[in-house]
Amino acid sequence: MTDRHFRVWRGDESGGEIRDYDVEVNDGEVVLDIIHRLQATQAPDLACRWNCKAGKCGSCSMEINGKPRLGCMTRMSTFGDDETVTITPLRTFPVIRDLVTDVSFNYVKARETPAFAPPSLAPGDYRMQQVDVERSQEFRKCIECFLCQNTCHVVRDHEENKAAFSGPRYFIRAAELDMHPLDARSDRKEYAQASQGLGYCNITKCCTEVCPEHIKITDNAIIPLKERVVDKRYDPLVWLGRKILRRDQVPGAAPAPVGEGGIPSRGVDGKPLGTPAPAGSSMAPSSTAGVTDVASGLGDGHVRLPEAPPVGADGRMDVAELLATNAGGPSPFGDDQQFPLAQVTYRPPEPDKD
Amino acid sequence: MTTATRPEAGRSRAAIAARTLRTDRWWFPPLVTFVGLSAWVIYATVRVFMHKWYYVEDYHYLTPFYSPCLTDRCVEGAAEFGTPLPTFWLLPEAALTLPFLLLFRLTCYYYRKAYYRAFWLSPPACAVPDGHARYTGETRFPLIFQNAHRYAFYAAVIISVINTWDAARAFQTGIGLGNVILLGNVVMLWAYTLSCHSCRHIAGGRLKHFSKHPVRYRFWTFVSKLNTRHMQLAWITLGTLALTDFYVMAVAAGWWPDLRFVS
Amino acid sequence: MTERIERHLYDVVVIGAGGAGLRAAIEARLAGKRTAIISKSLFGKAHTVMAEGGAAAAMGNANSRDNWMVHFRDTMRGGKFLNNYRMAELHAKEAPERIWELETYGALFDRTKDGKISQRNFGGHEYPRLAHVGDRTGLEMIRTLQQKIVSLQQEDHAETGDYESRIRVFAETTITELVLSGDRIAGAFGYYRESGQFLLLEAPAVVLATGGVGRSYKVTSNSWEYTGDGHALALRAGATLINMEFLQFHPTGMVWPPSVKGILVTESVRGDGGVLRNSDGKRFMFEYVPDVFRKQYADTEEEADRWYSDPDNNRRPPELLPRDEVARAINSEVKAGRGTKSGGVFLDVSTRMPAEQIVRRLPSMHHQFKELADVDITKEPMEVGPTCHYVMGGVEVDPDTTAALGTVRGLFAAGEVSGGMHGSNRLGGNSLSDLLVFGKRAGEHAAAYVSALDHRPKLRPADVEAATDTALAPLSREGGENPYTLQQDLQAVMGDLVGIIRREGELTDALKRLQELKQRVAKVGAPGGRRYNPAWHLALDLRNMMIVSECTARAALEREESRGGHTREDFPAMSAEWRQVNLVCSLDEAGDVRLDRKALPTMPPELLELFDRGELSKYMTDEELA
Repeated sequence: MTDRHFRVWRGDESGGEIRDYDVEVNDGEVVLDIIHRLQATQAPDLACRWNCKAGKCGSCSMEINGKPRLGCMTRMSTFGDDETVTITPLRTFPVIRDLVTDVSFNYVKARETPAFAPPSLAPGDYRMQQVDVERSQEFRKCIECFLCQNTCHVVRDHEENKAAFSGPRYFIRAAELDMHPLDARSDRKEYAQASQGLGYCNITKCCTEVCPEHIKITDNAIIPLKERVVDKRYDPLVWLGRKILRRDQVPGAAPAPVGEGGIPSRGVDGKPLGTPAPAGSSMAPSSTAGVTDVASGLGDGHVRLPEAPPVGADGRMDVAELLATNAGGPSPFGDDQQFPLAQVTYRPPEPDKD
Repeated sequence: MTTATRPEAGRSRAAIAARTLRTDRWWFPPLVTFVGLSAWVIYATVRVFMHKWYYVEDYHYLTPFYSPCLTDRCVEGAAEFGTPLPTFWLLPEAALTLPFLLLFRLTCYYYRKAYYRAFWLSPPACAVPDGHARYTGETRFPLIFQNAHRYAFYAAVIISVINTWDAARAFQTGIGLGNVILLGNVVMLWAYTLSCHSCRHIAGGRLKHFSKHPVRYRFWTFVSKLNTRHMQLAWITLGTLALTDFYVMAVAAGWWPDLRFVS
Repeated sequence: MTERIERHLYDVVVIGAGGAGLRAAIEARLAGKRTAIISKSLFGKAHTVMAEGGAAAAMGNANSRDNWMVHFRDTMRGGKFLNNYRMAELHAKEAPERIWELETYGALFDRTKDGKISQRNFGGHEYPRLAHVGDRTGLEMIRTLQQKIVSLQQEDHAETGDYESRIRVFAETTITELVLSGDRIAGAFGYYRESGQFLLLEAPAVVLATGGVGRSYKVTSNSWEYTGDGHALALRAGATLINMEFLQFHPTGMVWPPSVKGILVTESVRGDGGVLRNSDGKRFMFEYVPDVFRKQYADTEEEADRWYSDPDNNRRPPELLPRDEVARAINSEVKAGRGTKSGGVFLDVSTRMPAEQIVRRLPSMHHQFKELADVDITKEPMEVGPTCHYVMGGVEVDPDTTAALGTVRGLFAAGEVSGGMHGSNRLGGNSLSDLLVFGKRAGEHAAAYVSALDHRPKLRPADVEAATDTALAPLSREGGENPYTLQQDLQAVMGDLVGIIRREGELTDALKRLQELKQRVAKVGAPGGRRYNPAWHLALDLRNMMIVSECTARAALEREESRGGHTREDFPAMSAEWRQVNLVCSLDEAGDVRLDRKALPTMPPELLELFDRGELSKYMTDEELA
């Protein structure tokens, strides 16, 4: 148990200063423990957000010695024995008081990012393979601490870009949905390019550096998104392939009509176009009426036909793709190549009840 | 309010005087990058315009900086693909490939990070202020052409084939240290080229359903593993390129003889 | 006090933005009601994110023999038959639908080979039943519901041009008082944490989804938000609380190092092969299998180890006993001097499977301890001990509508704040599905209640003024008591005297100390202004923590038996007579806590038939069985 020197920014939007404190530090403590001790002993009104104190909720984002960190995930043992620790609020967002900032920018951007578009499948009929969901699952680890949004120089150093730039958090959201095996929209990448400001990113990777969940934001989300935009816009071979195969004219390949801000227009009780869910298909007889239409998640038309993956009974894939029921798509011409078939209503087999 | 229900009515950020409060040596990595890249560019420029000591006739060693040798001053044996270009001091011997290699590296997702940080200071390091008043990223000319990385990748694959040809051809006369260096260089070049983010995307990253494309999924997994080393490979290939070129130069200039294992 | 108070008009106000609150809000909004969500912290940070194991639902994906009846049976067994049978029944029946619904909102659960939702084993569940995403299921759930709310807002925006025309989230807002008109809910009064400004939401229906009470305990896995706000609001509005004596202590919380003290080690560590050892290195759980469970659990280490690969032909390892049994066993080991220095035991996976498998199956456990405490669970055992985790007690509700009983009308409760569903002990994984099932019902029935009203209840300005004065009092009190000290004192009383093992003398002592504390809390003061002042916020929360703690202590003293989350050292056995009784807490006119006994509803024959008589005879009196 020793006393250590800390500097903490105190103030609000009208101004503030870094104040000095000497606080007791015990073995195995993290910076958030120190802040709590400060509150309990010297500065009861020191404002600081926190919730779980376990690195799972992403509330205690702050800048510790100038680096965006989670207070609960920064062990005191990572500092030198007599090192002064300076704690300041996130710089990119307007300050409310002390270490608390107004992070509403992120919630605004979240609202502008088009949500998951459910396919025309009844609840309970969703079938996805683990290998297909893994990429999106990585992005769903995000705890929304907004450290990536805070550290990204596009908005950190250039306030004026905030209107046009959604930030890394919402790029991984767009990537997550674009890689979601059953998402019914195909225009996520165009949206990211046109409305989220994907082009502002110059891949300097600071978002990846600060991510407490170690999500490879740049390598696994932003660059793939950029590459997907390139597919549509700049790749010579894809362009040629489209011309030859006339993919552009395949019905249903065009993105669904979108309303303002890329949100599909749908009324509050407006029943979407898909087939209704077969009620009571489950073994659990609900005493309430079936879920309401919107809740049942029926998507608009624009169907991607569900297909069984070419896996054997052991869940593994065949060695040769050519032996599989549906051989791999022609490489640069797109994996979702569909023949101009009429839309077929497909019912996945009943869950086996052996 | 944090509900995003109210506009940010002129709220201001925390007034913190220091531009950065980072206490570590954040300036060190960009400095290393700056020095490393600058040194390499200077070396490469000097070599490309030397127009000599690029081919060892006895052992068929051709430096990658002059491959394929296409001007009509190319020495006998070096020009494997004809000599359609005229002699002019500003025109490198490999004038048809060097621009693409340069483009490939300039638009590479790793090098972009490296030079945006080290040369353009945008930003020099995380949570250290950008050195510029305005910033539009890669949304407009000229930086929007960073998206041409895909073209450059296709070109780089072709050039890697040519480099492989050069390395293979050198085995016609036996095996020496030069062969080993050329071969090592080509292997690393392939590793760098295949670990490219564009390659990862083409290999399988663009797919929505891996489970329907098992072979491409495997290839994607392989490229993804390489891809995590893209930065290391970028630096290693700079090293092997310079080393290979220097070795060929030294042997061609007669500074030292090639160490032969099998003649 | 004259100041302008921001007023809003809503149909349904949902207090709490965790799983239950968000699910309720979605349902109310789908029913066409204008809905407000009150979140004590930022939107999406609720304590639900901490849930790791999964959501229990008898979908039968992993074992086709599973169905709602088995799930119901497990839930009743886990709760030692003190559950409200109807809630347990509804929960078991509706959980699968609620999980599947999440997929339509965009949730990505782990998959089985044939592409269905993968289900995992968990303590107390007969079959693999927990839908999960690695070990961050709670995060997935909260994010999915959060994103569904956003998508509803987007639909509203497309239609009306305003994102918040039908559903609005008030983040970092605390409700301090429910405002009544006679016996009907008329609104909710609270403050924005950020500015300290007050707001009044006028609404005829309020859904409580505020979670639990863990912050009254010294070692707890709960976040600061868990101060029993909903419990206290309900009491003050005239509702009743039941089963408040039952608190779940998670058997395996970290006890060392201090930076992770109280943080849970998920049960899946044990489900995936982790074993408990005392400081002598002995795997001690075999000695603590109660007779009721003797038939389902292995006697020998060999059989237990075989179960992991061949669950059909072997009995389960005793590490997978219900939580209270495990917690009690650890407690006994530590008290017998066979614990670690920091008062825990060892939980070891490092010697049971290869490091890479641990990292793959328990990624966030591994990540969390590596980052938080520099402990590598693939190399060394963890030091664990009981942590206050969940309160089974809560607002007494009607099972079908979730409407609070008592004198109040228009109040609904779902999730941890409601009581009855879990009986005396909750099975792991049942809380996440509980949130969804009863969250939906709460939203649905709150909306129906509003539709059935012929006029909106009017609130009296005097009530709002009184609420304002109460809220401002700590700020103006010169030289009041430090709220942090008071909280620590309260935590000490509850942790030491009303903890996992209880005795009559200690409980009486606790009640006396709580009375003293109550006097001190009445004099609490908070320095500083109204803007984001944590001391002031805590001072206001203390009032709620006091009331709820008193309920717990009183009920714990009253119930003279040991059952589930309530262990009396002086009454170590379970009593069939006590099983027929719920203890009901309410406030009398003077505002003091009052405790009544109430008969438990009788299970109908068709549900009773799901159990064999031999099993029932362990819980029920002869008259009941006759």
